[in-house]
Amino acid sequence: MADSAKKMPLGGVIEKAGSADDYFTGDWRKLKPVLDGEKCTNCLICWVMCPDSAVIVEDGKMVGFDMEHCKGCGICAVECPDKIKAIDMEEEVS
Amino acid sequence: MSIVKAATKAVAYTGNSAVAYAMKQIDPDVCAAYPITPSTQVVEEFSGYAADGEVSTEFVTVESEHSAMSACIGAAAAGARVMTATSSQGLALMWEMLYIASGLRFPVVMATVNRALSAPINIHCDHSDSMGARDSGWIQLYSETVQEAYDNIFQAVRIAEHETVLTPAMVCLDGFITSHAIESLFLIEDSKVKEFIGEYSPKHSLLDIENPVTYGAMTLPDTYMDLKHEQSRAIARAKDVVVQVGKEFGELTGRTYGLMEEYRLDDADVAVVVLNSAAGTTKVAVDELRRKGMKAGLLKPRLYRPFPHEEIREALKGVKAVCVLDRADSMSGFGGPIFTDVRSALYELPEKPPVVGRIFGLGGRDFKVKDAAAVIEDLFKVAETGKVDALTKYIGV
Ligand code: SF4
Ligand code: SF4
Repeated sequence: MADSAKKMPLGGVIEKAGSADDYFTGDWRKLKPVLDGEKCTNCLICWVMCPDSAVIVEDGKMVGFDMEHCKGCGICAVECPDKIKAIDMEEEVS
Repeated sequence: MSIVKAATKAVAYTGNSAVAYAMKQIDPDVCAAYPITPSTQVVEEFSGYAADGEVSTEFVTVESEHSAMSACIGAAAAGARVMTATSSQGLALMWEMLYIASGLRFPVVMATVNRALSAPINIHCDHSDSMGARDSGWIQLYSETVQEAYDNIFQAVRIAEHETVLTPAMVCLDGFITSHAIESLFLIEDSKVKEFIGEYSPKHSLLDIENPVTYGAMTLPDTYMDLKHEQSRAIARAKDVVVQVGKEFGELTGRTYGLMEEYRLDDADVAVVVLNSAAGTTKVAVDELRRKGMKAGLLKPRLYRPFPHEEIREALKGVKAVCVLDRADSMSGFGGPIFTDVRSALYELPEKPPVVGRIFGLGGRDFKVKDAAAVIEDLFKVAETGKVDALTKYIGV
């Protein structure tokens, strides 16, 4: 019998440890954060607050977002200090 | 021809003792249970076997049935063969966990000693408990007698653990009527039991730290439905496994089981469909009416979940009227659950017989031979006139 159904692991068990990294929560995004590097003071509040660890920091500097995992919640944009506001949430164009 | 290899000496056991004894013979890795009338003796006697060292089972006493099923699930995740027993409110309290056991595809086996649900509170038999769990993804086997309850427990283990099924199973028997009545029982030798049920080798174990896995992870719209689809197909496959296991059981004991029992149904003009102990009562009524020349027959489903709709349709094809007796009301305003299932299954027939539903025996109300006979006599009126005065109704009120 032809069967086009996806083969799923028994009972939804996940056989690989640490596999959450392979799950691209970026698929959920409706709005995307856009950084204005000119304004950013690298205070890293966004890095602390991002629930998906999607703020990328290199050498103590905020350099952008991991768009595979950023789900577009906008917390970083809200938490970026009022005087700075270096992150804008923009419509995701698919 | 089947060769009866097992012991053939009968002993006198109640349904509960027979179930507890079957559990002792199976010697599951874990049993987590909370006693509740009328299944209490299953847990009580099994805990005795555990205390006396007659089983190697880890017997876990818990503070509620919700915890009992939760502990069963945890043990199953660890890779254990797990069994439990309950009734009525206990089963109702397990409701959340029933779906988790089936969704995680753990082949837990549970004896369900049927009892009415509150309110009003009542300790006697009806099927509102197991019928409430009919869509929980558990396989349901029903047992007319002590012998069937005993035999079904072993088969449930094989069916639930079958690699194409891996789905929990409950074995239902009527509270007090079967659970507390002493009947003659043919036991199976321990060695034969071991040979029949074999070893359970789960694919994963939560305790296998060399190969860590995650159970019960969050699933979203992209995966949940696919997992449910697999579960749905797995429980549907149980139907063939039930037949195969029932046949093997017959080779071992001389008692072959199928999806249902057909009693004098071959040439019957009218048929009654009923589960569990009331089928025994109805058989006596069928015989009485047959002596008067009335060709009545009985269909007793053994497997109710998954529902063997094709086989039931085939078995009832050609009868002129059908009455489905439900020992539970689905409170849908359209009779009991078996009524709607059977009626729906028969819709595929080119010539559909009238199908009526009757609710009986709630909260342990007696269902006597004369009640079964009255049902059948009414059915003959329906068959002769083609007229149905009440599609569904309560009898015995
Ligand atoms: S939008 Fe949300 S998920 Fe994306 S980087 Fe900002 S805080 Fe993290
Ligand atoms: S919170 Fe704003 S200023 Fe601070 S690092 Fe993030 S983007 Fe830069």
